[in-house]
Amino acid sequence: MTEHITEYPGTPLKERDFTEGKVLYNWWVPKADYAWDAGVAIGKFLAGLKEGKILGITCPQCGRILVPPRMVCSDCFVPTDHWVEVRHTGTVRMFSITYVTWDMQRLEKPLIPAVIELDGITPGMGFMHLLDEVDRDDVHIGLRVEAVWRPAEERTAAITDILYFRPLKEETS
Amino acid sequence: MKMRRVAVVGAGMTKFVRRAMETADELTWMASKMALDSCGLNLDDIDCIAHGSAPDSFDGVHMKSEYLSPGSGGWRKPYIRCYVGGGTGVMTPIHGWYHIASGLFDTCLVVCEEKMSSCQPHPQGAFLTIFDHTLERPLGPNLLWIFAMEMNAYMHRYGFSKEDFAQVTVKNRRNAMHHPCALLGGEITVEDVVNSPEMAWPVQRLDVSPISDGAVALVLAADKVAWRITDDPVWIEGVGWNLETTYWMNRDLSYPRQVEFAARMAYEMAGITEPRKQLNIAEPYDPFNYKELHHLEGLLLADKGKAPAFIASGEADIDGNLPVCPSGGLLGVGNPIAAAGLMKVAELFWQLRGEAGARQVPGNPKRGVAQAWGDLMQVATVITMGV
Repeated sequence: MTEHITEYPGTPLKERDFTEGKVLYNWWVPKADYAWDAGVAIGKFLAGLKEGKILGITCPQCGRILVPPRMVCSDCFVPTDHWVEVRHTGTVRMFSITYVTWDMQRLEKPLIPAVIELDGITPGMGFMHLLDEVDRDDVHIGLRVEAVWRPAEERTAAITDILYFRPLKEETS
Repeated sequence: MKMRRVAVVGAGMTKFVRRAMETADELTWMASKMALDSCGLNLDDIDCIAHGSAPDSFDGVHMKSEYLSPGSGGWRKPYIRCYVGGGTGVMTPIHGWYHIASGLFDTCLVVCEEKMSSCQPHPQGAFLTIFDHTLERPLGPNLLWIFAMEMNAYMHRYGFSKEDFAQVTVKNRRNAMHHPCALLGGEITVEDVVNSPEMAWPVQRLDVSPISDGAVALVLAADKVAWRITDDPVWIEGVGWNLETTYWMNRDLSYPRQVEFAARMAYEMAGITEPRKQLNIAEPYDPFNYKELHHLEGLLLADKGKAPAFIASGEADIDGNLPVCPSGGLLGVGNPIAAAGLMKVAELFWQLRGEAGARQVPGNPKRGVAQAWGDLMQVATVITMGV
């Protein structure tokens, strides 16, 4: 900013300018409903979740097993072709311990989103879910976790058919 | 490829504030008018308009840049809007650049505006639709999640502490004290930052730039036209942009590869072979303190994992070898998304002309780089400028 162009700096407002009615404004609450098609790849993935299975798909060119699955490998731009069932245990690769909602309300109990790399898939192919049944001090990158499922009769073919992941009590294999 | 040289010849900027009385359209006009006045032009001298603004959902107005076109002077002229998330503020002048470099136009008004405050109860609501509607939104995400995870990945990879990141907030707020349009200039300490309220660990309140309203505009001109307008044009020497996959969970977020690709494109065009020696000023995108460090590495201005040590050395201070965010950055000046990116390009313009007043980088800087970034850790946009 240079000195000779400050004629139109703008007018900052404070919260009380609104509460005291010093400025005029109007308000609108949008109604925006959508019905999203799950699509070919995610549709099959969600149907698998309903049956208690986590499905991945293989790229014929780079050989990566992709979870969540997709019709096209984003690296190779070729169609993926071979479905595989992957294990329900994995490793935390990234996480956050979240004390606020999107509108900045404080949360009593933090939400712990994490990127989890399931056992047996191509390293680096994580997907996002939540952690629970864990102390915040025990969460770390490299934590071994397992899926906790919604009871079979309550599943709706949604990502939330997996309720969350929790620390793996003991390695069984 | 035969391209014309393109110069920045004027710039204007409103104050960045938490909430402006002015509408988005009024802010847009104010910045545009100041930019034109700064180089003695009026709208009749402008051949085309490049307008940048981030999501329509901030304003709740469909195709908002068309709605804002009275303020940008876009009526009855070739007009385009650019929107690549947080990368918009550096992509919009790239649009302006190729309008002129191509030979199609001689002058272009580039204006970026953001009014985030209209969106209630919090503008973060406008960002929720960034997440996948089927696999991610049912988990109840907020925008901080991805930054928290990227910050966490970067910390974990190199063993950084929160103090390593906090020094960036301290430096940028200090620099912003001397920026007349800044929202948050001031002296704070590393302790203030690391003791600020936890939002989404490892992200704390003072790791993050403030929500703001504001607008910035530039006037671009072709080589011969630029010399008729001013004796001190600042040349756009290199431009670059790049996009990473939307599957952010499948990437190693400890390094912003797309920033490196965009920087290499811009450096090659500008003939920059040794960026650390040939660049005198850097304005990397700093919506969060760790991102300035991350982007310094992507811009090849610090070795991987060494950006915190570079900041700690003092070399990135105003009087250092390579001042970083002398403007005060998004952390200090404010973060009205698209306008914040263009503010960085405007800062290079003022610094390279020696017009930056109390925050002027000493030693007649000759070359600088500005960079922005956006979306799901995806977009990178880079401009280098020189005199």
